[in-house]
Amino acid sequence: MLKDKDRIFQNLYNDLGSDVASSQKRGDWVNTKDLTDKGRDWIINQIKDSQLRGRGGAGFPTGLKWSFAPKQVGSRPHYLVINGDESEPGTCKDRDILRFEPHKLIEGCLIASYAIQAHVCYIYIRGEYFIDGQKLQAAIDEAYEKKLLGKNAAGTGWDLDVYIHYGAGAYICGEETALLESLEGKKGQPRLKPPFPALIGLYGCPTIINNVETIAVVPTILRRGGKWFASLGREKNTGTKIFCISGNVNNPCNVEEEMNIPLKELIEVHAGGVIGGWDNLQAVIPGGSSMPLIPKEKCETLTMDFDSLVAEKSGLGTAGVVVINKDQDIIKCMARIARFYKHESCGQCTPCREGSGWMWRMLERMVKGEASRDEVEMLSDVTKQIEGHTICAFGEGSSWPVQGLLRHFKDEIKKRNKFDPIVKENKNIPYLVDQHLLDKNA
Amino acid sequence: MSLRRPAKDQPENFEFSSSSLEAAKNIVSKYPEGKQQSAVMALLYIAQKQNNNWIPLAAMKYIAKFLDMPYIKVYEVATFYTMYNLSPVGKYFVQVCTTTPCMIRGANKLVEACKEKISENESELSSNKSCSWIEVECLGACVNAPMMQINDDYYEDLDKKKTLEILDKILKGEKPKPGSYRGRINNEPENNRKTLLDVKNA
Repeated sequence: MLKDKDRIFQNLYNDLGSDVASSQKRGDWVNTKDLTDKGRDWIINQIKDSQLRGRGGAGFPTGLKWSFAPKQVGSRPHYLVINGDESEPGTCKDRDILRFEPHKLIEGCLIASYAIQAHVCYIYIRGEYFIDGQKLQAAIDEAYEKKLLGKNAAGTGWDLDVYIHYGAGAYICGEETALLESLEGKKGQPRLKPPFPALIGLYGCPTIINNVETIAVVPTILRRGGKWFASLGREKNTGTKIFCISGNVNNPCNVEEEMNIPLKELIEVHAGGVIGGWDNLQAVIPGGSSMPLIPKEKCETLTMDFDSLVAEKSGLGTAGVVVINKDQDIIKCMARIARFYKHESCGQCTPCREGSGWMWRMLERMVKGEASRDEVEMLSDVTKQIEGHTICAFGEGSSWPVQGLLRHFKDEIKKRNKFDPIVKENKNIPYLVDQHLLDKNA
Repeated sequence: MSLRRPAKDQPENFEFSSSSLEAAKNIVSKYPEGKQQSAVMALLYIAQKQNNNWIPLAAMKYIAKFLDMPYIKVYEVATFYTMYNLSPVGKYFVQVCTTTPCMIRGANKLVEACKEKISENESELSSNKSCSWIEVECLGACVNAPMMQINDDYYEDLDKKKTLEILDKILKGEKPKPGSYRGRINNEPENNRKTLLDVKNA
């Protein structure tokens, strides 16, 4: 288990208070000026040395991302945007940072803004986190009062303004370009890349977008050194990570742990074990709903980091671990996730808009055993038609969980759905009606 | 995608109250000059708050004029994002999360409770017109499942009995205490904490 002194988020459970004074006791804001005095290159190199990978799901190396920002500020100002649109089912880590460790985030904003030469930083928070956003706003106000933000922020000689922008219930706005559209006051529909936001982002200006957790760990990495961070976990999967363990466990919780921790340790030690015992485990979704599930056999030895999960054809994503035990109907669980994606598709690309509804309707039939034998393969085909044919990664996010289900629980589906194809039996299922347009909310 | 339509009965006029106006001007100042369109989401929230938790078409027209942008652009935003209520939802708007992490911990019981106490169907006002409920997608409090949101507040670690108690309170016009309903502190593992113990006992 990770030693307490190596935990970055000492106040994860709010034992210590989140105001400036208590945060300073934990080491925030102590020598911010010394850090920025060492210069932009030093900061970016330290982050590169630490091998920090973005904590928002894709795991892109943060130092590399920062180095994409233009070295000289031209006619267009630079922006830093923080992605706090945490909506991935199974994930609730950013919320705890916003409400309990806001000064880690704000100090990180200052250092990152200095490194990429931005004078304005927008923190995009999902609209549902209004109360948590208000706590962050209180922390920002306090930081202004103590001259940690604004002109010559924290004595660094750098001017920075930080603003909160609330989303309004759209999962897709967690995609960085959709987030920018939303910040500009438009529908949150992703943009084509390239051009990448680092060159043409918010208002057409160079913009760096990072997850809340990524930015919040930056000050600690700089204080303790990139080498320290890199010494935790393993090569290319370094440092600590907040894991959210939810679902059928005895003590669902958030916990900060070292990368590459065994999944079994997370569940058994921190979350108090699976309800009904380890043998009652059915499957685990390792990284938020868009990552394919892992069946029990593999959970025994699985370690939690980016690369080892990719090797299992899944991914670490946001590290939202959803534990599903044998009391649950696994097909129903995945059908519900498919409904989530059907609801949250932004509607821009046809394969995703229509396909997410198809997958949901087929899975709903499969739950009830109303699907025909050939539909299992058809479902697999639909996921392949979506994946890779959309502007953003939502297409992958919606089809991967279904592919995971088909990969590991195909027998279960086939056992339940074994009658002959629809055309032969002439069952009255309205295939060609776009049922999602008959949505119950209409 | 979700299909969202504005209410049939629409008020003729809408105007920001003086306090809303002040808040709106404050919001607009957060964005660079000429980029006031960025404020549209926040302004829709202000309109929603002022107008009993929902946004009439007149408010969208007003905001379009206020920000000097086409009405259709405001309409697009208001219909795209699900947190803007396009028809009346009552003073207490109950949102029950039923996505998988909540579902496998019994979110359907919360839905049953809402059906018993508030109304048989979603988005339907209760008999005293004070509240309505809706099933929503993940609210991002998965380790506190099952949970629901009433207006801005999160109610966590619920079961059917506790949900019924909460709903009784709001139907009487009281505001129940938000947070965990199993007495646990934030997101720590209940009675099983293995980390940061020095900090806890300090």
